[in-house]
Amino acid sequence: MIRLDDVTLTYPDGDSRTTAVDHVSLSAPDGVVTGITGPSGSGKSSLLAVAATLIRPDSGHVWIDDVDAATLTRNEATALRRNEIGIVFQQSNLVPALTAREQLLVMAELGGDGHRRRAAVHRRAEELLDAVGLAQHARKRPAQLSGGQRQRVAIARALVNEPSVLLVDEPTSALDQERGAAIMALIAQLTHEQCTATLLVTHDLGHRGTLDGLVTLVDGGITDVAHPPAALLEATGAR
Amino acid sequence: MFVAWRDLRSARGRFVLIGSVVALITLLVGFLAGLTGGLATQDVSAVLGLPGDRLVLQQPVDGKPSFSESSIDTSTVAAWRDTGGVDEVTPVGIAQGRATAEGRATAPRSSSAVAVALFGVPHGAPRSMTTDLAPTTDETVGLSSGAAADLHVGVGDRVTITGTTYRVATVGGDAWYSHTPVVALSPDAWAQADRRLGGDGTATVLAVSGTPDWAAAAARTHTAAASPLMSLPALQTFTSEVGSLGLMIVMLFGVSALVVGAFFTVWTMQRSADIAVLKALGASDASLVRDALGQALVVLVVGIGVGIGLVTVLGALAGGALPFLLSPLTTVLPATVMVVLGLAGAAVALRTVTRADPLTALGSNR
Repeated sequence: MIRLDDVTLTYPDGDSRTTAVDHVSLSAPDGVVTGITGPSGSGKSSLLAVAATLIRPDSGHVWIDDVDAATLTRNEATALRRNEIGIVFQQSNLVPALTAREQLLVMAELGGDGHRRRAAVHRRAEELLDAVGLAQHARKRPAQLSGGQRQRVAIARALVNEPSVLLVDEPTSALDQERGAAIMALIAQLTHEQCTATLLVTHDLGHRGTLDGLVTLVDGGITDVAHPPAALLEATGAR
Repeated sequence: MFVAWRDLRSARGRFVLIGSVVALITLLVGFLAGLTGGLATQDVSAVLGLPGDRLVLQQPVDGKPSFSESSIDTSTVAAWRDTGGVDEVTPVGIAQGRATAEGRATAPRSSSAVAVALFGVPHGAPRSMTTDLAPTTDETVGLSSGAAADLHVGVGDRVTITGTTYRVATVGGDAWYSHTPVVALSPDAWAQADRRLGGDGTATVLAVSGTPDWAAAAARTHTAAASPLMSLPALQTFTSEVGSLGLMIVMLFGVSALVVGAFFTVWTMQRSADIAVLKALGASDASLVRDALGQALVVLVVGIGVGIGLVTVLGALAGGALPFLLSPLTTVLPATVMVVLGLAGAAVALRTVTRADPLTALGSNR
């Protein structure tokens, strides 16, 4: 589970500061896909960056399981991302030199403790490539894969370390409608199977059927919570 | 090294290119180092082969001591022998001359004169490569292997030096002085030869052993005492040759560090987006730095290894025609320096690694 308590994030804007996230509280339960939508500039990606520990909020708490990520040092946050958070980017952001399989295996090497993780990651990589339907493309590099296949590899990569939290940033923005729907269905399926707490930023509400809850942000604050699971409803204070 | 190895495989052409450049620079450095070593050996091996803790040269009133100018009279020799703490003093005369082989079957080119370094060395001096050549009588000489080869003579043959004919009593080590092979004469024979060449017949240098107060003894006798290695600058040819070749080697070291540094800086900048993604996924700075330096080390070791391999092969081939010294000093040492400097150059690129912002992986939608 990931829980944001009264998170505020501002950016310097000339002599003043712009509020990107304004006292947001929400909780994404395990095994549930929670969508975050809103117009451009509403603070969706900023909220995701805070949840991903890539940026520290001005105030508030980011609880990932029992750890307040907002208080961690840079190195501690890096380790938390490596062990507990999976990220799927807007673009697939695959490393060009690595094959599809190696995109997953590299996750065992990021912390310099590869010898401890390697066997488990190797086993899980095969399972995940199979789960995303790319087992037969495991030896292909990103340039040899389609956009949808690349995004599937990125999803598998995000899950290979068995994270408790999956953060997804506009996963269908570079895909056509059909491939986008397939990717959304895959994320929902894996979220339920792997029991991860998934926060998914999207402005494409055509796929809202695959979301278990949907939070709408406007000007950095939550304005609406649609068909929410109980925990989300409780955290945001919505009725 | 997970990503580094795969980068090497994926961008094979680029890494082969930089590896080739490193190999070529290593070839240049190694060849220059070998030539420098070879020239230095042909310049000073007889000096380094003298026995003793210090070599004593005449200290001129103005300027620095010089092997070519030094003249040490018998009173100075006696003063050093009488100095407390001195165990052994070996006066050695050095002069440049020419030698001619006398008609023997083993001397097919007997009429051609060969430039040689005439060393006056007393028989019974402490043993060393140079003193081992010392003849037992005034009528015999000891030839270094280079002199014997140049003169095409062996033990028992005769050679003529400044009008006097001597019998070759011994052929010994590879002793050279100022690019000429050494011929050793007895001190008396050498003094006569030196006078015929325009010298005064006095010793050039003293090889002194013991534990005296070197500075006080040198000041009292108007001489300069230095270890054999430290006295090499007193050979003008050594300073100019080694100095100019050494400068070229140092410049090549600098070029290699710059080339490697520039390559890895550009390479790292090109993949800074990938580095940001890896950081966003949880890669630690330490693991990324290890990856980058490991990659540079692989390129350097392979490139330098190929370069040193070529130096070894070409040096062995050229050794007969050129003064080329193939030793750890001219291969392993420059290779190690190049690896260290190359890594230092590659370390410049690490700034790009450590400063890559993982937030950029999320895109610009914040």
